[in-house]
Amino acid sequence: MTVVSRPGTLPERVALFTTCLADFAAPGPLAATIAVLEAIGVEVVVPRDQTCCGQPALNSGFPAQAGRVLAQTLDSLDGAEAVVTLAGSCAAMIVHHSTRLLGAEAASRSGVRNLWEFTQFVAAFGEDLDLELDATVTYHDGCHMTRLLGERTAPRTVLGRIRGLRLVEMPDSDTCCGFGGTFSAKFPELSVAMADVKLDNAATARAEYVVSADPGCLMQLQTRADAAGRSIRTRHIAEIVRDAMRTPA
Amino acid sequence: MSTGTTAKGEEPRSTAMRGVARVTRGHPVWSGSDLDPGQRPALRPMTAEAVAREGVGHTRQRLEVLGRERASGNWLPWESELRDRGAAIRRETLRDLDGYLSRLAAQLESRGVIVHRVSSAAQAREAVGRIATDHGVTLVAKSKSMATEEIGLTAHLTTLGIDVVETDLGEYIAQVAGERPSHIVGPALHMSRQDVTDLFSQLNGDPLPPDPDVLASYARERLRADFKAAQMGICGVNFAAADTGTLVVVSNEGNVDMVASQPDLLVAVMPVEKVIPRLADIGTLVPLLCTAANKEFTTAYQTLLSGARRPGEIDGPAEFHCVIFDNGRTALLGTPEEEILACIRCGNCQFSCPVFRTLGGGHAYGTTYGGPVGAVLSPLLGEATRDRDLPFLCSLCGACADACPVKIPLDDLLVAGRATYEAEQPRGVESFGWTLWSRFWSTPALYRATRSAARIAGRLIPAGVLGRLPVVRLWASGRTVPDVSHAGDRPRGRSGSSGGSPEGEDR
Repeated sequence: MTVVSRPGTLPERVALFTTCLADFAAPGPLAATIAVLEAIGVEVVVPRDQTCCGQPALNSGFPAQAGRVLAQTLDSLDGAEAVVTLAGSCAAMIVHHSTRLLGAEAASRSGVRNLWEFTQFVAAFGEDLDLELDATVTYHDGCHMTRLLGERTAPRTVLGRIRGLRLVEMPDSDTCCGFGGTFSAKFPELSVAMADVKLDNAATARAEYVVSADPGCLMQLQTRADAAGRSIRTRHIAEIVRDAMRTPA
Repeated sequence: MSTGTTAKGEEPRSTAMRGVARVTRGHPVWSGSDLDPGQRPALRPMTAEAVAREGVGHTRQRLEVLGRERASGNWLPWESELRDRGAAIRRETLRDLDGYLSRLAAQLESRGVIVHRVSSAAQAREAVGRIATDHGVTLVAKSKSMATEEIGLTAHLTTLGIDVVETDLGEYIAQVAGERPSHIVGPALHMSRQDVTDLFSQLNGDPLPPDPDVLASYARERLRADFKAAQMGICGVNFAAADTGTLVVVSNEGNVDMVASQPDLLVAVMPVEKVIPRLADIGTLVPLLCTAANKEFTTAYQTLLSGARRPGEIDGPAEFHCVIFDNGRTALLGTPEEEILACIRCGNCQFSCPVFRTLGGGHAYGTTYGGPVGAVLSPLLGEATRDRDLPFLCSLCGACADACPVKIPLDDLLVAGRATYEAEQPRGVESFGWTLWSRFWSTPALYRATRSAARIAGRLIPAGVLGRLPVVRLWASGRTVPDVSHAGDRPRGRSGSSGGSPEGEDR
């Protein structure tokens, strides 16, 4: 696993890597991410020329095409003191696969070396946020963030700082939701069956929200819950933190 | 030996398989042991059928319990140490696989074992078939072996008019049902107690009670008769020590000891990667295998086969053959895929895999080996042209790599296997589509144009219509269409860009 070296002090400015998925289909979590980062006291810029990390092509068997798109996004993030993204899977893709797709020198690019997954950044620099929210949530550990990025603790550290928030763990919280990128369209019946297992497990927590740090998992779970007529609501962890801020940004 | 062999002129036949014609076929074509690899259905319909099967939820829950017990990613300190050592031993083997195989063959021969080194699966099954026909064998008692499944041995011997009986209980259940093993170490894990009761009742012709003890005793009695009557035993190999020529087989039922000691003729079948440098390595590899496979430090039986019966010895096979086959494996040496040859067949990646569990086991992979190891290995084997797309049957969650006792990066191999598959395909719509996509999304203005197009489509086209478009339709079967009508929306930053510009410029 690539070890990401990062500054120990709060950067003045962070570049937001929106990810294509959130850029297209999760504006709420994007807005919440920006609000939380600003409340922490950093200036947020959204580099205009970023696109996607390339993961859809890589996982479909087209690494050259993936590398071309990843290169564009890394170009757009060059020079950033810190890069924050709200998708654990995309962060893991960049950390784990950049050097494989683009060569060893990719490890020193800003978008790789200075990359933070949202909860990592908030866990490191958001200690002074005054957070309170009366809610019961359960947390879904996204696969790539947990296993490729190796980040298992930051989300619970962040949730643990919110007064009044009750985190009820579900069984097998780190089992895949069945999204898997293009897997979800190649094997829709199987993908949906896996989502149902996850939703059943989440339901046992009797929580108001299923929270995760990955817009992909959340899209899979919410659209399945909606189609199946289940009342389960999903929420990105940035939205939970934003809702918990005593003085909203 | 062979005290139960019938008098000359009478050909012994299987007792354990008596009544099998009464068993009605209750399984889909793709789980059958008679599935012609060339006739495997396409992956999507096969998986769709699998998740809709009655009882699949119960199988999944059983597998989940087993997966949780194994706590795949969380190796205890002593287990981690064992895992480090085991992983190193397997890589040491692969660095000089041919050298260790030569030493193994020489050691086996010095102990009176007749060694057959063959290349393809067909050559392997034919070699075993020749040994059987040369000796006029009509009944074979067999212990569990995935290698023999891989080479289609039972079907081949059956066409030669030979009765073959599986003597591992789970494997026997699968054989009676006419199915392939659904898991590497738990061949009948997809069956409930009631399933086995129904199956054995059909076999018996009279109902049996749903009592595990009664059912196991029923199988035991029938199998005993075959152990005594069989003229030939066939076993697999877990580890083959190059320094001593010892073949190591682990089991929990004692059936391997019976197979290896009762008949006068024994054939051990192994693929090349079963070799290990030293017999002493089983001190690491046996507990590692058993921990990963069964969460036990060791199995009830460890059978160490050290050659044919020598003068003065009172038991063991008078004639002992070892068939070592390749089937595409050594071609992997020196490539990233050689990692899969480190596998010790514990099946832990299968327990850890949510795809495998949701499918109710490995049948819906349509191959001998299912689950993560199968999705990596099957496409690489000799006659696997039909299985090249198996790496796609995976959500890339990575749980398998954490569960692997010898640290095979299964998830990376699955990604690599997809690229290999696509590189072999004629350039078609998919390749054209991804290349077009990469041109658009490596050009910021064109990326923004696709985003605007999505936004407009999301606003103008009703979700019900969007859900019928190609690709979107696949998503929308069982899910609602995500709302893209706000694609590209940016809140105005409190700091950052002022005025109307929603997006910060590059620094």
